[in-house]
Amino acid sequence: MNYHWNWRIFWEPAPNGTGNYLDMLLSGLVLTIETAICAWIIALAFGSVVGVMRTLPSKTASSVGFAYVEFFRNMPLLVQLFIWFFVLPELLPHGSGLWLKQIPNAPFYTAAIGIGLFMSARVAEQTRAGINSLPRGQKLAATALGLTTAQAYRYVLLPMAFRIIMPPLTSEFLSTIKNTSVAITIGLIELTGEARAMQEFSFQVFEAFTGATVLYLLINVVVVIAMRFLERALAVPGYIGGK
Amino acid sequence: MFASFDFDVIRRSFGYLFLDGMTFTLTLTGLAALGGLIFGTLIALMRLSGFKLLGRIAGLYVDLMRSLPLVLVIFWFYFLVPYIGQWVTGSSRPIQVGAFTSSLVTFIMFEAAYFSEIMRAGIQSISKGQPAAAQALGLTYRQTMRYVVLPQAFRNMLPVLLTQTIVLFQDTSLVYVLSIPDFLGAASKVAQRDGRLVEMYLFAAAVYFIISCLASFGVRRLQARIAFVH
Amino acid sequence: MIEISHVDKWYGAFQALKDCTTSVAKGEVVVVCGPSGSGKSTLIKCVNALEPFQNGQIVVDGIKLNDPKTDLPKLRARVGMVFQHFELFPHLKIIENLCLAQEKVLGRSHAEAVAKGSKLLDRVGLKDHARKYPAELSGGQQQRVAIARALAMDPIAMLFDEPTSALDPEMISEVLDVMVDLAREGMTMMVVTHEMGFASKVAHRVIFMDQGEIVEDALKTDFFGSPRSDRAQKFLSKILSH
Repeated sequence: MNYHWNWRIFWEPAPNGTGNYLDMLLSGLVLTIETAICAWIIALAFGSVVGVMRTLPSKTASSVGFAYVEFFRNMPLLVQLFIWFFVLPELLPHGSGLWLKQIPNAPFYTAAIGIGLFMSARVAEQTRAGINSLPRGQKLAATALGLTTAQAYRYVLLPMAFRIIMPPLTSEFLSTIKNTSVAITIGLIELTGEARAMQEFSFQVFEAFTGATVLYLLINVVVVIAMRFLERALAVPGYIGGK
Repeated sequence: MFASFDFDVIRRSFGYLFLDGMTFTLTLTGLAALGGLIFGTLIALMRLSGFKLLGRIAGLYVDLMRSLPLVLVIFWFYFLVPYIGQWVTGSSRPIQVGAFTSSLVTFIMFEAAYFSEIMRAGIQSISKGQPAAAQALGLTYRQTMRYVVLPQAFRNMLPVLLTQTIVLFQDTSLVYVLSIPDFLGAASKVAQRDGRLVEMYLFAAAVYFIISCLASFGVRRLQARIAFVH
Repeated sequence: MIEISHVDKWYGAFQALKDCTTSVAKGEVVVVCGPSGSGKSTLIKCVNALEPFQNGQIVVDGIKLNDPKTDLPKLRARVGMVFQHFELFPHLKIIENLCLAQEKVLGRSHAEAVAKGSKLLDRVGLKDHARKYPAELSGGQQQRVAIARALAMDPIAMLFDEPTSALDPEMISEVLDVMVDLAREGMTMMVVTHEMGFASKVAHRVIFMDQGEIVEDALKTDFFGSPRSDRAQKFLSKILSH
């Protein structure tokens, strides 16, 4: 093998002056986490609303919900990010477009919103599946007691549905974290981006990417453990896993 | 709003976009799906076999691929494949591999992990009585898998496998990070050369959308037809 | 034909079979009964090596099950088994269900297999259903096909694991009739069942199991007339009062 290994590279100073290479990767990690959390909040907010819409008896609500999900599902995330980042400013009236292009940290906001909306379609599908998996009698019982539809969803259906879908939502959150790497194409230098930069500066290809790999695995482990705690804290006795 | 846009650029670059770009994308999707399926079946069988060591190795592989972003995996294999080629062929220097080969290896290895999970779920959803009945008739493990379990499992998992292939089709756009000329890469090249970002990206979005929509619709129809047989 | 000696079996820490010893001679029909969880299904699944056992020995037609040189698939081909949930292969037509093992295990030609299969389907009264899929048949019909499928292998003995427990009451007799015919023709049979009517009609011996042990192993007349153990008495009184 002609490759020259140097694991001490992590402690050597990075050419962009931010400390050593390990600091570079860690700052990328922080950006990954920040972007993922912002995107996830957007995804949950929009996704649960759309998911609920798809389960409502109203034809318009469920059609709009269907169109929303299909729109975000059938385009690659990368293409969506390009549309938000490159195309949207051009389509707006000149003043607004200019303002958009000059926002500091534009890649961050674009990534958070773009990834957030992309993931919201998946959250919507999970929410819909969760609500549909509840016994039909639940909504009937709520209505029989005099609750309105909104109240039935808020106090009876959604609390159980969310507990049921916590495992798949965990994996969607992990997907969100992984998807932040796509934003390197619009200039967001998160963990994968920093690893690429490290590779380009130091030529220690495998050390750089191993570092990023280890950090991603770490995030996975932390998120999975945290979610398990959350699930246990919120669990309804005798109803493990919603079955 | 659209007055200053030149949508004719799409017509002019049609040939390049589709003959070069889309061919690359579709070929990559097709071959990666096939390779991923074969390799994925192997991994699923390894996990389902009684041998703990095989199961562990396969499990670790799947967990690793599912924990990493595809972009990172693309970078990994881009740099790793020449060295693997060197090791396999015993040459003295890393082998030069083309963009297509590198991407193909990446996507086969990556998708195999996802396909294997779909298949494992499909196989495990078959009631235990089926292999028991097959074994009771004297069929060996291999015969049981081949004639009784896998045919049923494939019918169950086919819609999910096809949906994952549609996801693969969209994921191929990520080869953009290595400036590899797939459909999106081609559109991007034209966009930057002619300064027509809006037109090209909207067009690319529309093409991906239409293809994915049609394919999903097809899968839904297929699902309805298969469901009836059982 | 079938000899079971001092068999112990554990599922992890739970002992499912405790020192079980019995035998089934050629042409004998033995009924195994007992409450749920008594180990009767487990015992019968050990006879054709679908379940492994840790201690003791089982010998079928002179072949030892625990011998590492034993070709288990070949042995299983000679002992037929019928399951509680029929377990027909849903992706194959009825006639294909009957031919699969004949062709792949016994090496018969397709024509031979189809001929044998058709004859057996006729025997269980389902000749016209050969080209249908299992899902198109009723439970009783499916179970009769399952019996035909096992018979197509020309077995030396037949094992039945609660063959009528999953059937609606009106279909039980059509399956029991087939089993009675089989017994009358001299087939060696070991049947796990709650159907005491069947037992009293064709069984030679009855084995009563409870909590993994063979509590009683007597001739039919002795068992029904004067069961020796309290547990067997209690069980019989509960079952027969219906």
